Amino acid sequence: MSAEAHYTPYHPRWYRRRVSVWWWLQNRAYAGFVLRELTSVFVAFFAGVTLWQLRTLAQGPDAYARFLACLGTPLFVALHAVAFLFVLFHSITWFNLAPKAVVVRLSGKRVPDWVVVGLNYAAWLVLSGAVALIVLRGR
Amino acid sequence: MQPAVTLRVTRYRPEQESEPTLATYEVPYRKDWVVLDALNYIKDTLDGSLSFRWSCRMGVCGSCGMKVNGSPKLTCASFLSDSLPGPIRVEPLDYFPVVRDLVVDMSDFMRKLKKVKPWIIRHDERPLAEGEYLQTPDQLDAYKQFSMCINCMLCYSACPIYGLEPSFIGPAAIALAQRYNMDSRDEGAPERLEILSEHDGIWQCTFVGECTKVCPKHVDPAGAIQQYKLTGAIHWLKSLLLPRGAR
Repeated sequence: MSAEAHYTPYHPRWYRRRVSVWWWLQNRAYAGFVLRELTSVFVAFFAGVTLWQLRTLAQGPDAYARFLACLGTPLFVALHAVAFLFVLFHSITWFNLAPKAVVVRLSGKRVPDWVVVGLNYAAWLVLSGAVALIVLRGR
Repeated sequence: MQPAVTLRVTRYRPEQESEPTLATYEVPYRKDWVVLDALNYIKDTLDGSLSFRWSCRMGVCGSCGMKVNGSPKLTCASFLSDSLPGPIRVEPLDYFPVVRDLVVDMSDFMRKLKKVKPWIIRHDERPLAEGEYLQTPDQLDAYKQFSMCINCMLCYSACPIYGLEPSFIGPAAIALAQRYNMDSRDEGAPERLEILSEHDGIWQCTFVGECTKVCPKHVDPAGAIQQYKLTGAIHWLKSLLLPRGAR
């Protein structure tokens, strides 16, 4: 017996279908996946704005005032509204997928998926509450 | 009751045509029939030249995977009654080369499966006289889900990453590697890590998640891959931070 198995050494007429560039419109799950991947652009946008904010903060009150004025323009308000929706989609879809990656076993039994998802949402709620408290107190 | 149902079946006869075509067949409707029964009816009474694979008729052998109305399915588990009034579209699985009609060539998967060493690897085999390797129910539970794979290829057909990057090892092969990694009797995880953490392994997966949805045996290949990403990342971090002996 030879070491390598060769089932079909001569197969000139296999048909191979090319993957269409529109494959992600084939069904809702694929479209949702591509949308989720796209959210990273908006997460990066938000991170960039935050870095910009820190930079202007370090540059002094004048620079920070200019930054705040810039944020108030309709373009930035619209961008932030879109970014918020995408970041929301990003967070919710990833939280819901968390139990696939994180398998916790307590005394031999697997912790149910809803507990893993619930802990993510709980942490989100607590952190958002803490941020809201800090921001509102400063007013 | 509906007297008949229409099946639109992909035909590809390489000796006659260079591209697949569509054939339409009228099949009597019976509520206990699955798509595979309808295909067998076509082959027995309407057109004996129709080619497709099947064997057990009960979701064990994994031979009859095809696309039914656009989704990868075991045709032996897809009732006609779920697709009424029809027509029902039957196609070969995506991303594999079509040999004929509904038959695809899955040698690519077979090569990849062998690469991940899906067998128990031991540094030292215990002598037979010492008896079998015992496992607790919890130890069995850790990998049992991944051992249910029947190699039906539905997960590959549902994975756009495999379609776009054919070098990707793919869902079932990684789930089966994980089946042995999680086995308390196995000591081959470091060998598999080399294969699974290379470019065509787990990191190609961007977590579309459809492999898990289409799996007829609830293997959850997407879960296996994400869990292995965590293992791979921890191993990488350890190799970066810890001295060689402590890894």
